[in-house]
Amino acid sequence: MPKRTDIHKILLIGSGPIVIGQACEFDYSGSQAARALRAEGYEVVLVNSNPATIMTDPVTADKIYLRDLTPASIHQIVEIERPDAVLPTMGGQTALNLAQTLHEQGFWQERGIHVIGVDIDAIRITEDRQEFRDLMERIGIDQARSRTAKSLLEAKEIAQELGGLPVVIRPSYTLGGSGGGIVWHPDEFDRKVMRGLELSPVHQVLIEECLFGWKEYELELLRDANDNVIIICSIENLDPMGVHTGDSVTVAPQQTLTDKQFQQMRDAAIRAMRSIGTFAGGCNIQFAFDPVSGRMIVIEINPRVSRSSALASKATGYPIAKVAARLAVGYTLDELPNEITGTTSACFEPSIDYVVTKIPRWNFEKFEGVDEELTTQMKAVGEVMAIGRTFPESLQKAWQSLELGYAGLGADREPADRSEVRQRLKKPYWDRTLQIRNALKLGASVEEIHDITRVDPWFLYQIQDLVTMEEQISRRALVQLDRDLLWEAKRLGFSDAQIAFLLEDDVSEDDVRAHRKALGITPTYQLVDTCAGEFPARTPYFYSSYETASESVVSDRKKVLILGSGPNRIGQGIEFDYSCVHGVLAAREMGYEALMINCNPETVSTDFDVADKLYFEPVFWEKVLDVIEHERPEGVIVQLGGQTALKLAARLHEAGIPILGTSYEMMDLAEDRGKFSAILKELEIPFPPYGMAHDVAEAVRVAEQIGYPILVRPSYVLGGQGMRIAINKTEVEQYVRQIWKLLPGNEILLDLFLDGATEIDCDAVFDGEEVWITGIMQHIEPAGVHSGDSTAVLPPYDLSETVQNTIRRYVEDIARRLEVRGLINVQLIVKDETVYVIEANPRASRTVPFVAKATGIPISNIATKVMLGEKLKTFREAGLLESKLKGYAIKEPVFSWDKFPEVPKELGPEMKSTGEAIAFVDALTDEHFSRPYAIRNLYLSR
Amino acid sequence: MTEPTHPSAAPCKLALADGTVVKGLAIGHRGETGGELCFNTSMTGYQEIFTDPSYHGQIMMMTYPHIGNYGASDEDMEADRPMIAGLVVRQFTHRYSNQLADESLERFLKRHKLVGITGVDTRRLVRHIRTKGVMNAVISSIDLDDESLVEKARRWPSMEGLELASRVTTGTAYDFSTGPGPRIAVYDYGVKRNILRMFRDRGCTVRVFPASTPLAGVLGWQPDGLFFSNGPGDPRAMPDAIDTARQAMTTGLPIFGICLGHQLMSLAAGLDVYKMYVGHRGANHPVQNLATRRVEVTTQNHGFAVDPKSLRDDVAVLTHRNLNDDTVEGLRFKQFVGFSVQYHPEASPGPHDSRYLFDTFLQDIAEHRGVRVKAG
Repeated sequence: MPKRTDIHKILLIGSGPIVIGQACEFDYSGSQAARALRAEGYEVVLVNSNPATIMTDPVTADKIYLRDLTPASIHQIVEIERPDAVLPTMGGQTALNLAQTLHEQGFWQERGIHVIGVDIDAIRITEDRQEFRDLMERIGIDQARSRTAKSLLEAKEIAQELGGLPVVIRPSYTLGGSGGGIVWHPDEFDRKVMRGLELSPVHQVLIEECLFGWKEYELELLRDANDNVIIICSIENLDPMGVHTGDSVTVAPQQTLTDKQFQQMRDAAIRAMRSIGTFAGGCNIQFAFDPVSGRMIVIEINPRVSRSSALASKATGYPIAKVAARLAVGYTLDELPNEITGTTSACFEPSIDYVVTKIPRWNFEKFEGVDEELTTQMKAVGEVMAIGRTFPESLQKAWQSLELGYAGLGADREPADRSEVRQRLKKPYWDRTLQIRNALKLGASVEEIHDITRVDPWFLYQIQDLVTMEEQISRRALVQLDRDLLWEAKRLGFSDAQIAFLLEDDVSEDDVRAHRKALGITPTYQLVDTCAGEFPARTPYFYSSYETASESVVSDRKKVLILGSGPNRIGQGIEFDYSCVHGVLAAREMGYEALMINCNPETVSTDFDVADKLYFEPVFWEKVLDVIEHERPEGVIVQLGGQTALKLAARLHEAGIPILGTSYEMMDLAEDRGKFSAILKELEIPFPPYGMAHDVAEAVRVAEQIGYPILVRPSYVLGGQGMRIAINKTEVEQYVRQIWKLLPGNEILLDLFLDGATEIDCDAVFDGEEVWITGIMQHIEPAGVHSGDSTAVLPPYDLSETVQNTIRRYVEDIARRLEVRGLINVQLIVKDETVYVIEANPRASRTVPFVAKATGIPISNIATKVMLGEKLKTFREAGLLESKLKGYAIKEPVFSWDKFPEVPKELGPEMKSTGEAIAFVDALTDEHFSRPYAIRNLYLSR
Repeated sequence: MTEPTHPSAAPCKLALADGTVVKGLAIGHRGETGGELCFNTSMTGYQEIFTDPSYHGQIMMMTYPHIGNYGASDEDMEADRPMIAGLVVRQFTHRYSNQLADESLERFLKRHKLVGITGVDTRRLVRHIRTKGVMNAVISSIDLDDESLVEKARRWPSMEGLELASRVTTGTAYDFSTGPGPRIAVYDYGVKRNILRMFRDRGCTVRVFPASTPLAGVLGWQPDGLFFSNGPGDPRAMPDAIDTARQAMTTGLPIFGICLGHQLMSLAAGLDVYKMYVGHRGANHPVQNLATRRVEVTTQNHGFAVDPKSLRDDVAVLTHRNLNDDTVEGLRFKQFVGFSVQYHPEASPGPHDSRYLFDTFLQDIAEHRGVRVKAG
């Protein structure tokens, strides 16, 4: 069936601010869908309140509404735009729930708007636990035994029926499994049930048989209007049942089922998808599998594009969201081409000849008193994906990608303590694979570890192979490391840094690299092609491995390499991917071949058709240098990828690789507190008194000298990691110790805290001649609340003209002094009409997308072009630098407190918000301003 | 390369007829073997593939790197022994994990004296074959001299023009199942067990006949339908089988053919068959049923195909086509009651999307009986 011609204008609903359980994967799917629909000639109207998204850029849709995702906004937008159809499957559960609410109100029907991509009935069936159960029973698909409770009493009865504890509690209709979990002990049962009943919008919880120790699988499906169903990807969770799939280490394709077992799962998945409706689109189905009895049960169905479909798209190369969008407008799979090969059909099931490992990324250190145990409620804030030819290789690469200072799966630091390893293995924690490796290293057997963790022995054997290799390396000195052994170690994913650590003699990562290259061992780049090499493919999507032939052909074009921002975490989220994507597009517009390195599967930057070449690799020194040596770019852009990219600047500089934009020396100047203060002094810019310390005694001495309250923080971190306000000597000691626990050996900065001051964020671009202030944002909350957690208003709402001019002058002076090329962000505070500079960051800041959306100016694009040599004058003359903002734009932080009920809600110098929304207001009487203003001091803590 | 947990690993080499030689480590039986090097892109079902008689004499290279993950099991046999001549993998799994397994794949290979090699950059070789076409190869852990191995690969007999069905067909006729359903006579050119199971599961009485059985011998059993099985080799080198198929078309009995059987029926009906540059071997090939427009994800394993240019409306109509390369996947014959498919509806390994074809065959038989009854 060709595309529908009865619809012309499609409303696409986004997923709103990033929260735990619903992150930037929906920017990726929404952007893909919007572009696909536009390419088909449809007019796309997009609504999303999240400014830090590519999908809300003019490049993505015809009309963009940065509005709250509420029925009221949809009413207004529909009134103006009169779309023919709405596609609610690309914006996660938020969009789906919104579409359903409007359906229940009869809104879509009344306006004659077609809901495409899903059936409203399907949403209801899959979200209503009882209805879903009944349906699965009817079609003969096994399930966990369970029943829905509407009261605590009922819950108790059901638990008794199931044979007592443990049982699982799942509140109906909550995001990321909010409020769910296993209950092991009677004393927590009442509390958890009550909380679930409260959290569920329909006040129901499901009490379910506990499937502890069962294996967990996911299948990603696509179906077209002709009822063709294909499985895009199978995913096996390394963590058995009991850990939310968003918190699990997952592997694609599935590894441990026989074909007969797998086909049985495939049949069940297809039957289940067909049973919930006749819609054309994507679907995710989760299964549990009992490794003892072979019993297989269905866990849940998501009739939409999900976090796992983003992962499956990146893992296989198959653009699920793009194809799902086309299916939603009537195409059938057989009519669509496989864009990766360009020659074969989209109606097939990808076969891959590599292994993909996903590891989630958590931010527990941000939340004091948080329960770190992984449960059925998702707690991760981001994830990394790694591709290797084998599971061990991909697992090691995933650990390198996490940016937690690991050079692979351990083997890079002193051995762990036996009792600690034993303790940590007992429950699922974030570092489970590492603790498995530690346990094996300490002599535990696969059987013992399996008994405790229930992780499938296959994975344990594979990790044991790594430990065996470690032992072989550790018996040698570098000169004894022969080609065969080194080759095999590299094929198992060991980094040069790990090998250097393991070797008997005292050698560095660089020594190992030199030795390796002398032996002719360098990585090869393999193509992600959806078909295991069966057909030629034309999409430039690569991963590294150690094979015998590289598939990434180096062109003779001039090229730039853009370093991505790695996994999302609090303090470094989607905002940086936004800037990276624009950096890539700008470089391409200027005629460069743009190369991207990143390892975050949720992002737009890792979409295979964004950069000229995508290297899906850890943003890890060895891997970055490998790509540079392979591609020989003119330079590297480190300004856009947040701290991830910036952290590599020093080594790039040392290795003599050109950094495009602001020079390394100047970036270092800004980052080094001592040098930067000297500059401020030279420029006659006031700053709060400060000091530096390298031990506790020194910190106390400095604090006593400067006075209290005092800000205590580590240097070189983003998002205020470890930052605290101390009011006395004891607190200084305590905070310094805490910082060192987290970041051993890090330098400590101590600044006088100006109580009751106003904080300002200022973004600017400098081209060597003129400074362009892109935006001055005034925070509503007092200084002391991290800028990422503050409500920021653009332009300032009560700063005097004099103060604003002073801010502009200071920022301009700093930009000139630091010889910035491209972006700079300066943070300032104002107290009693005096302006102080706290810090300057010569790079893309978190606020770049917000300012871009507020003013309607493509700031990242312009800044990247400035880095590559363009002058602001050109853009100014073309009228591109003029703000279109009327009234005020307000950046509102969004938190995921509901995921950490045990953590008190308080704000301080350490950032805790996971996302942001934008609101446009005409006057300060608007409640988007008045509400946060009224409570601005409420949550300030230390 | 080294399986760190497998200290007895011995060096091994794979040599291709075009001079390419790669090193690896021996798996399975220590020795030497040769055959046409082909690859399969299925990510599961390795044991079914190794025991599929259609692969007789071929060296199988699996594109999925980890092979052996779930061990080996009697349940997964498609014949009574492995049929491939040798095995090439990237990362062999010695220690498996699955509750259904009887033994490790390594033990299975050793027990069946199957020679294999691991640690090979299979992706490079797949791309090599894709561009250069399929070719013969030799795996050896006893001769490690490159030149000698390449020479052996060159001398290895070509598959083209080779009749192989006689090597894998049953020696004597046997009953596979008895049931209330129709009687199916199976011409065994290397039939996969799962085809027989498909008939059995539908209540059929199934008797399997040696490939060389004269048609009269089969008819003596009074079958309700004839089935021409899959199998290895070049169908054009099987004049007797083609002749049998031609005679069968005049019996009035419904006929169903799969893979080699499909090619034999096509040749018997006067269509042409050619050797493909690179065959189809995997479990993800999209095939469209032209009557329903529905797409089936199919298991395929063939190096020969029916030439679409030779199709004539009075002989057969195209019922199924491959969405990737438009090759002929299914035919409904006009001059007799019969149809055939190039792919494997019995799957094993692979998706179950096409099992309806077995029902279609039984329907043909039912309708034909009706006609016969009426005519009589």
